[in-house]
Amino acid sequence: MADHALRKAPLAGRHGGSAGARVTPAAPATRLSLRAGADALGALSAAFGLTLPTRPKTSASAGGRHALWLGPDEWLLIDENEADLMALAAGAGVLHSAVDVSHRNTAILVSGPHAAGAIASGCPLDLGNAIFPVGAAARTVLGKIEVVAFRPGEEDYRVECWRSFSPYAFGLLSEGAEDAGL
Amino acid sequence: MSGANRIAGQGRLTPARTARFTFDGKTFDALEGDTVASALLANGVHLVGRSFKYHRPRGILSAGPEEPNALVDVSRDAARRQPNVRAPVQEVFDGMKVESQNRFPSLAFDIGGINNLMSPFFAAGFYYKTFMWPKAAWEKLYEPFIRKAAGLGVAPTEEDPDHYASRYAYCDVLVAGAGVAGLSAALAAAEAGARVILVDEQPEVGGALHYDLSVKIDGQNGYDWAQATAAKLKAMENVTVLTRTTAFGYYNHNFVGLVERVTDHLARPDRKLPRERLWQVRAKRVILATGSIERHMVFANNDRPGIMLASAARTYLNHFGVAVGRKVGVYTANDSAYEAAFDLKRAGVTVAAIVDNREKPGEGVLAEARKLGIEVLAGHSVVDTKGKLRVSSMSVARNGGGSARSIPIDALLMSAGWTPSVHLFSQSRGKVAYDAATGRFLPGTYAQDCLSVGSCNGTDGLQATIEEGLAAGELMARATGHEGGGKVELSGENAFEWTGGMAGSGEGAGVDTTVKAFVDFQNDVCAKDIRLAVREGMHSIEHIKRFTTNGMATDQGKLSNIHGLAIASEVLNREIPKIGLTTFRAPYTPVTFGALISHSRGDLFDPARKTPMHAWEEAHGAVFEDVGNWKRAWYYPRSGETMHDAVNRECRTVRSAAGVFDASTLGKIEVVGPDAAEFMNLMYTNGWDTLKPGRCRYGIMLREDGFIYDDGVVGRLSEDRFHVTTTTGGAPRVMHHMEDYLQTEFPHLKVWLTSTTEQWAVIAVQGPKAREILEPLVEGIDMSNEAFPHMSVREGKFCGVPTRLFRMSFTGEAGYEVNVPADYGEAVWEAIWARAEPLGACAYGTETMHVLRAEKGYIIVGQDTDGTVTPYDASLAWAVSKKKTDFVGIRGLKRPDLVKEGRKQLVGLLTKDPKVVLEEGAQIVADPNEPKPMTMLGHVTSSYWSENCGRSIAMALVAGGQARMGQTLYVPMPDRTIAVEVSDMVFVDKEGGRLNG
Repeated sequence: MADHALRKAPLAGRHGGSAGARVTPAAPATRLSLRAGADALGALSAAFGLTLPTRPKTSASAGGRHALWLGPDEWLLIDENEADLMALAAGAGVLHSAVDVSHRNTAILVSGPHAAGAIASGCPLDLGNAIFPVGAAARTVLGKIEVVAFRPGEEDYRVECWRSFSPYAFGLLSEGAEDAGL
Repeated sequence: MSGANRIAGQGRLTPARTARFTFDGKTFDALEGDTVASALLANGVHLVGRSFKYHRPRGILSAGPEEPNALVDVSRDAARRQPNVRAPVQEVFDGMKVESQNRFPSLAFDIGGINNLMSPFFAAGFYYKTFMWPKAAWEKLYEPFIRKAAGLGVAPTEEDPDHYASRYAYCDVLVAGAGVAGLSAALAAAEAGARVILVDEQPEVGGALHYDLSVKIDGQNGYDWAQATAAKLKAMENVTVLTRTTAFGYYNHNFVGLVERVTDHLARPDRKLPRERLWQVRAKRVILATGSIERHMVFANNDRPGIMLASAARTYLNHFGVAVGRKVGVYTANDSAYEAAFDLKRAGVTVAAIVDNREKPGEGVLAEARKLGIEVLAGHSVVDTKGKLRVSSMSVARNGGGSARSIPIDALLMSAGWTPSVHLFSQSRGKVAYDAATGRFLPGTYAQDCLSVGSCNGTDGLQATIEEGLAAGELMARATGHEGGGKVELSGENAFEWTGGMAGSGEGAGVDTTVKAFVDFQNDVCAKDIRLAVREGMHSIEHIKRFTTNGMATDQGKLSNIHGLAIASEVLNREIPKIGLTTFRAPYTPVTFGALISHSRGDLFDPARKTPMHAWEEAHGAVFEDVGNWKRAWYYPRSGETMHDAVNRECRTVRSAAGVFDASTLGKIEVVGPDAAEFMNLMYTNGWDTLKPGRCRYGIMLREDGFIYDDGVVGRLSEDRFHVTTTTGGAPRVMHHMEDYLQTEFPHLKVWLTSTTEQWAVIAVQGPKAREILEPLVEGIDMSNEAFPHMSVREGKFCGVPTRLFRMSFTGEAGYEVNVPADYGEAVWEAIWARAEPLGACAYGTETMHVLRAEKGYIIVGQDTDGTVTPYDASLAWAVSKKKTDFVGIRGLKRPDLVKEGRKQLVGLLTKDPKVVLEEGAQIVADPNEPKPMTMLGHVTSSYWSENCGRSIAMALVAGGQARMGQTLYVPMPDRTIAVEVSDMVFVDKEGGRLNG
């Protein structure tokens, strides 16, 4: 049997940002693009161990697993513990589409008191507490690319993007982080 | 002392804090807080530039962003240099270099000044008439010459070393302008609890309080009240106060563009700071408190250095402590200029006379003038001025005739009244309305959620302005759901209410055609030019504007628009509103490209998409080409190899041994659901029901019109799951195309689409040794020909990680495409390479890929097709299902035009001389001797040297091509005509046996 190939993340070794907004590549995670109708949500929620959110700009989290609402029949599932989400979905026994996008996306963590300001350098979304509280998530744009912005904590944001766009996202967030603290 | 004209005890700058700068090489002292204009005036310098067209000496006209004359070049060092900077806006910093513009050899002696003497030849519209003949000379001779002679500063040639930042922001209430009205509004809104952003273009808040010392608010000096209020607002958590920040553009849905000047006033800025910061603000409500701009008087020679707006002189005195002259005259049609005279007189400056165009000046100011002993000449006009590089006298005459009296002066202050700044309101698509009683355009019909307050709304009087501001702030806060705080009350008092004002030219503007009474200083437009425009038949303000260029300079006519209108109105004998007002466009004042571009430069200009194997490719000498935003390995030259050598070697090696190719950029879409096959049937021409799980098929996608839109190999992974590939460039639009049809035409289908382009790294291994290379790395897949034939897909493990292994070929050789999760791509590639290299294989790039596929006649959508090619035209009829009754494009394919004889069809071309490689895009004709215009049959779409064939090969779209097999056609080129023979498109392995090797 051949040696197991080693994994190399697209942003391996990068660091950036400022004291007020640290910008770091997130650890590998498993991810699922989940599509399903309303009638399948109960079974799928049970399979994933969290209640799939049904309101725009919301998410549900449990034990390092997050389900972000992206559309009326679309969720992005992220498992920071790298559980086999495809297998969990397959066990639900209801009509849905699950596609493994663990490697398609990569994530950048922006954290600190100026985290929202760093992202606002290129993201036209209102990231303030009233509109984008802890737990909020939305598919949006950052500069010239599409991203999914997610706010897991008061001063913590997770920016998900496709891997080939990640150096661009990382560069823009780093510049934004430097300016946000000034 | 920083300048002889600085008056001790006047102004707000600190005498101890000095800065030193140069103007045209001469060193001057300034105080911290000075603008270039105030510092020059403090040093007695009035002459700062030459005018645009006539090269007339010009001075400082204003103390604000409306400045049309004093445009200078400001630099920090060679690279940090900016032309056309408005001297009254730019703050002085220690070590700054200021140069005057549009003069040669020097400001005081400028050869271009001859234009002034030749001005009878340069009447408005002369460009359109004079330089029409000969026509060709315009581009080569006239235009370059005129551009050189007429003009502004020179753009810097070095790269801008500064950086710029951008921020998106949201608020409940955005207040533009921090004068009395804006501060009142912001205070009321903030106290109610609204999220407020307050912006002002000046370094400090205060607006007119900079110069009006008579104002008291809640018993406090007005300017001090403004600073205290700003400090209070800054301390509130829900308020952002931005000074040195211009609201330059008002766009849809209360989206307002701001530019914040962060370092332009600093001598040694922290390198971390951006030079400017672009703010893009989405405000629930906007309050416009943009104030108004004083107009100049229009009379003969009203442009000499030393002639300026009365409020400007007052600002220089009361804020900067600078007297603009020792003996000043005042020419006005409005009370406000009197207060400038009073302030100057009290500061010890001689006021020669106040010339008032009106018969009846305001009683209050008249009484005060008498008290101060200032001569007032009511019902008089200034009819001319003298002075070469600075005004030395004014000629004053009684209105209606009489002899003129010359009064020596060294500065002349003027005021024709105040123009409300409705620029942002107009940009918001609000409609202005003309108020005939006061002769002003004021906000009329609102188009967005905004309110105008204060003098931009035509509100006169201090207390009325305060109350209007407070009410608007409270109203807008309530409208956004904030009702907290107590009622804010403020009381203000000031010395005089202002009356009067005029628009257009007075007696001193003359009626003849030689007097230069300037309406638009920046574009050198005089009253006579407007009259000429009307005489020439321009009756709409839009035509008059373009004929004369009035209001078309970078100041956008902040001073000139109303005068121009009024003169046209008088000549046309039509009321002003009937002539109309030109529309104001963003930006309010010029915005640097740097701010607009902000972060989008260098690596952040555009995303450079790289595959997981990019680093390896780079390390192995790959040359890259751009495909969309992707960087793709183009070819891998070894030392001493040209591109041609490298591609020939790569082509040979793939067919003789094997090649390894990075195909990761191909678009991938996963189509999942019980109706997946039915959806595929509708989106592609092929039939998909018969495709068994584990097998692949080449699919063609059409647009509704029947033309080829995209193609790619599709693998069926299971009954309800397809792995679709698209062209690299087509990935996003194919996804959208499919999603569009799914949502609008086929919403009944239970199927979902997910882009997986970047989930998989794709490594193509092609050639006779492909299987030998891969076999030891594969786990759980029987690699034998029988178990895993051409056009199959298997799931298993590769180097221990999950794979979707495709047996497919875009080279005509036996081949595989190894799909592994992207993060493993590099390691898997290295493992493959470790086996491939000893077996004599090579890495190959996109150029070799192109040649190898052309040798097999495989098309590239977008190269061999151009949006007018059907599958039949491309010899792909076999891929169009005959059984299906519906798919996107089926109706289009039946259109008479698409099935008629003689359509352009894709064929092969072989040059008679095998060494000649045709040019792609070259035209093809049947008769090379036909007179021009020749009948063109089509064009070459792909053309290469084929090392494997030992000759050139080409593909072409040729009218009736299939029926021309074996015919000789011709490709006329500039230097020769190339004979070609029409052939089929398969140049290598016509039987296709190698695919199964």
